[in-house]
Amino acid sequence: MTDSTAAAIHHDHHPGSFISTYVFSTDHKMIAKQFFWMALIMMILGGVLALMFRWQLAWPETPVWGLGWLSDENEFMPTGRIGPDVYNMLVTMHATVMVFLVIMPMFSGAFSNFLIPLMIGARDMAFPFLNMLSFWVAATGALIMMTGFFVEGGHASAGWTAYAPLSMKEDYTGVGAGQTLWALSIFVLSIGSLMGSVNYITTLINMRTKGMTWFRMPTTVWALFVVAVLSLLALPVLGAAAVLMIFDRIFETAFFDPQKGGQPLLWQHLFWYFGHPEVYILILPAMGITSDILSVFSRKPIFGYRAMVYAIIAIAFIGWIVWGHHMFQSGMNPRLGAAFMMTTMLIAIPSAIKTFNWLGTLWRGSIHFTVPMLHALAFISMFVIGGLSGIFMASNTVDIFIHDTYFIVAHIHYVLFGGSIFGLFAGVTFWFPKMFGRMMNEALGRIHFWITFIGFNIAFFPMHILGIGGHMRRISNPLQYDFLKDLEPINVLITLGALTLGIGQIVFAINVFGSLWKLNAKWFRTFVQVAASFLCGFIGYRTVAVTLEGLTKPAAASASGRIFATLIFAGVFVLIFKYLSNKMGEIGETAPQNPWNANTLEWVAPAVPPHGNFGPTLPEVHRGPYEYSVPGESEDWAPQTKPLSEKAAASAH
Amino acid sequence: MNWLPENIAADGVHLDFLFYAIYYLTGIICILVVGCLVIFLILYRQKPGVRATYTHGNKTLEIAWTVTPAIILVFIMILSHTSWAKMKLNPPKNPDVRLEVIAKQFNWIVVYPGQDGKFGTKDDVKLDNQVNVPINKTVYISMTGEDVIHSFFIPHARVKQDIVPGRQTAVWFKPIKTGKYEIPCAELCGTGHSGMKGELVVHSANSYQAFLKKLYTKKSS
Repeated sequence: MTDSTAAAIHHDHHPGSFISTYVFSTDHKMIAKQFFWMALIMMILGGVLALMFRWQLAWPETPVWGLGWLSDENEFMPTGRIGPDVYNMLVTMHATVMVFLVIMPMFSGAFSNFLIPLMIGARDMAFPFLNMLSFWVAATGALIMMTGFFVEGGHASAGWTAYAPLSMKEDYTGVGAGQTLWALSIFVLSIGSLMGSVNYITTLINMRTKGMTWFRMPTTVWALFVVAVLSLLALPVLGAAAVLMIFDRIFETAFFDPQKGGQPLLWQHLFWYFGHPEVYILILPAMGITSDILSVFSRKPIFGYRAMVYAIIAIAFIGWIVWGHHMFQSGMNPRLGAAFMMTTMLIAIPSAIKTFNWLGTLWRGSIHFTVPMLHALAFISMFVIGGLSGIFMASNTVDIFIHDTYFIVAHIHYVLFGGSIFGLFAGVTFWFPKMFGRMMNEALGRIHFWITFIGFNIAFFPMHILGIGGHMRRISNPLQYDFLKDLEPINVLITLGALTLGIGQIVFAINVFGSLWKLNAKWFRTFVQVAASFLCGFIGYRTVAVTLEGLTKPAAASASGRIFATLIFAGVFVLIFKYLSNKMGEIGETAPQNPWNANTLEWVAPAVPPHGNFGPTLPEVHRGPYEYSVPGESEDWAPQTKPLSEKAAASAH
Repeated sequence: MNWLPENIAADGVHLDFLFYAIYYLTGIICILVVGCLVIFLILYRQKPGVRATYTHGNKTLEIAWTVTPAIILVFIMILSHTSWAKMKLNPPKNPDVRLEVIAKQFNWIVVYPGQDGKFGTKDDVKLDNQVNVPINKTVYISMTGEDVIHSFFIPHARVKQDIVPGRQTAVWFKPIKTGKYEIPCAELCGTGHSGMKGELVVHSANSYQAFLKKLYTKKSS
């Protein structure tokens, strides 16, 4: 728990050149920002891919909106239509990008890097140079992944799970270099992740400041620590599997090729042995962040802090022995199915503990509905739905029916969007002031939250109904099946929701850049106001117009329908316009040192922490991270550096 | 409301029962938890002059909400396992009808054993995508694959099983309603995955005999 020598040496830092400050920086905060921007840019790509295949599912075989001008000789999308090959590629790459290039870089890259040293009172990571490498290795991986879009045969199209033998031979999918580049990129990304994990673990074990005992660490740090351990153990398995895939594809080895004595199920075991802990790598940070934010804005200690920490650890342990529930119908020995069901049910218990403790935290609090808090609350309610829907598939019998249907897609999105992405937004809006020294605009934040929350539920809740109706995943044209024809309007509804969700993120982008650059010029403010109102109105118009048409055709509604939809547009436009006139205030207000009156150490650091984070002496920790509304103290918060009163110190033992 | 497609298999009722049991259970829990959440948000919203209650937790409560879900889960587990054993673990010893399915991109090739009732003999008949079975008889289908993994899915019969090249897997069910039902492939298997489907025809006893007769005479002529 001492200031490590590495960091101490690092403390004598002189302002460097542009390259060493912004490109090859070894400062954990700059590296965090690099990961942050990479994740946000990739999020746009992942989202656009999703919107494209959502179009195909709602209105099969029609030109994608805005791409109708493409000639019928276009190789990729003739006349703007999505063929089955391209559809498979879009689905595969949407998942790959979102998992490996958005959520992982954001949590295990940006948040881990930014928060771990600041929240434990360290000056930097244990290995700053390795830290820099981890970003550039990840960026190389991302670059390799992007080149896959431009090679002949297109990008990988065997699903993000890349099941063998489909992914192992060009004959099966028509994809050549794309799939190999996919595997190479996954391998490189896994190396980058390893570098990060080693660094986080070392930093956390060695560099906690004086008084920062394990059980005085915020739950965010606990979650990021456990995630680092999971990454350290899970990603080598994926990396190795990716290498085996490359061998099979290029050197014609036979790890997964049944015709030469290989074993297709081996790929599934390797993939899911990584894949299930991966789910926790993606969700645990969001859980930690939510716990922190909940406590701050309820002005109350976390209910059952230790139970929360133990639950995180329990999830991480049990997470290693549940992977077989992805393989109940795979041809694996059905007796194993029984065993994996038991372990899977077991893991629901710590999740239940967390949920109830979150409710306990809200109980008799003083709840402040700030933007980060709204996202955190959305996380909880969506995670409840995602967690409960998991019980259906944990039951191996029910899984016979819902496996490989949209029920699974609904579940994963309630966990990874309703969970991880709301956690991500909660975290970004909460720590943006510390990262960039500016407040994000509150009014725009609220508009973004509500569009996202409503759009998310319209987009993903009906997927449960599709799945229960038997709608398979990864089919490009549901109209090919008689038993699915009645469900098609639901597909249209989902696409409207997805569109809403996509449009909502434009508001987020405007908010991020506007706040970052303090854009308060009159033209920009007017632009923001009109744009946000227009987007909301447009969502209303589109939803109403398509709904009136009976949710089936892309064509516009009848004249009266159009008039009604236009009225809705006007109504929403005026409402949002007025709201912003009254509430928008200054964009990109300079952030004070501790805008939320939060206790944890990053808020003790200056408003924009300099290199070395904490000035000449490191803070000393005297109390737990959640001492809000302590009786007898005048303020309802107290930084972890504040010594306990004598009475409290006596009763603490 | 009935969300699941109509069930036409004898064992399917176990799956449906379990589905609805979990459906109502999780539905109630969801309403309770989200209801609590909303009530707390209204009751304990920030009010001037009111401080939050300083508490770190309550052991009794925490034990209660750890043990209760555990008991419920054990209950679901036992129910699931009983049905799982019926549907996946213990194949029928003497099925009335045996068929073989060979999956390849993008067809189910259905093999009928011919009049001798044995596979691998000359009188085997192959049909593309057509599974014909009689009502009220146990059907056992053993499955192999030629190229990639496919998944044999009959939504109405509550049957799903991946077909792995180089391995043999099987499904069994007892149809209790005549009619025609689709057999989609449920595992991504390449360009033609969407639209890869077969047809399950459940015959009455008489029409099944007529079908077999026609099938086998066509073969021998």
